[in-house]
Amino acid sequence: MSSREEITAGLAEILEEVAGVSPADVAEEKSFTEDLDVDSLSMVEVVVAAEEKFGVKIPDDQVQNLKTVGDAVTYISTNA
Amino acid sequence: MSGSRIISLGHYQPSRILTNDDLAQMVETSDAWIQDRVGIAARRIAAAEETVADMASAAAGKALAGSGLAAADIDMVVVATCSSVDRAPNVATRVAHRLGIAAPAAFDVNTACSGFCYALATADHAVRAGAARNALVVGAEKLSDIVDWTDRSTCIIFGDGAGAAVVSAVADDEPTGIGPVVWGSAPDKGDTIKIEGWRPYIMQEGQAVYRWATTAIAPVALQACERAGVDPSEIKAFVAHQANGRIIDAIAKKLNLTNAVIAKDIVESGNTSAASVPLALSKLVERREVPSGAPVLLFGFGGGLTYAGQVIRCP
Repeated sequence: MSSREEITAGLAEILEEVAGVSPADVAEEKSFTEDLDVDSLSMVEVVVAAEEKFGVKIPDDQVQNLKTVGDAVTYISTNA
Repeated sequence: MSGSRIISLGHYQPSRILTNDDLAQMVETSDAWIQDRVGIAARRIAAAEETVADMASAAAGKALAGSGLAAADIDMVVVATCSSVDRAPNVATRVAHRLGIAAPAAFDVNTACSGFCYALATADHAVRAGAARNALVVGAEKLSDIVDWTDRSTCIIFGDGAGAAVVSAVADDEPTGIGPVVWGSAPDKGDTIKIEGWRPYIMQEGQAVYRWATTAIAPVALQACERAGVDPSEIKAFVAHQANGRIIDAIAKKLNLTNAVIAKDIVESGNTSAASVPLALSKLVERREVPSGAPVLLFGFGGGLTYAGQVIRCP
């Protein structure tokens, strides 16, 4: 089981690769769309990459609930 | 009979151009947003009285004229469409009547956006079975009839048009020009794209469709290459269903098509469902962007959810 910090760091790597987000900007309170400028389609790519990286299933109907990096960290840590 | 090949192509688009700026007058959207999310600059919209059969006939007429065959040589007409309003006569018999094709096997195929690749496979199979010698295969749509022009998430995507191919038997000693089809569906995800009811409108769950298309299609498209005995590096053009520029890019990247032209007719035509593959292919060939005989990967995917694709030899 990864710590919240490890999951956040893993998400930062994905966000950099998929959407060109600087890892320094990634923190739990940041909103994907508002703060990190990740659009709805890039968000799908983030989710697909996160599923692979963390060995977790994130169904389509859950994606819209992941507003912030922290939401994603919580989902991954409780479902992985 | 060893197989079949495409001997000629044709396409038709309505004259009216609807730009992103035009759409920004109708719904809350912008040129920048549409270009970024779906990769469309403009689309063609049919006139009110123009039908799917009109557009299908125009494209099919051009393909027939380019084939060197006479109308009497055509013994099968297949039209892929999901937007034709009339149920009978079907679009295929209307096309046949318009072009003076007297007594062909004539039927419509509805697998939405993957329709042309299904129709092409069906025609190839009919030729291989000895049930046809020369088939006219058409994809034609008037999606503007079934778009909700107040829904900014869908009305920016779709356009009207038609594309057609003449498919003919090859001699026993000639190589086949239409490779084995890889086709299938994901019925459990059917509700992500809907054109339902008596007065239907297109509805789709964009994120779910995007996810399916960018993850499920590349592996089956690679199977189509494998079954045709063609390495992805040998593919000279990739004509995917023109669903969304970012979906096309994502699939192409996974396929690692290092030597292929990637068709991006979506920029000027929008998403024309079953018409998009033959429309984009016909334009590539017309512009001589692909040499005759070169392997081209066609892949359709969409409503159902359904998919089909094959490697063809460029006419």
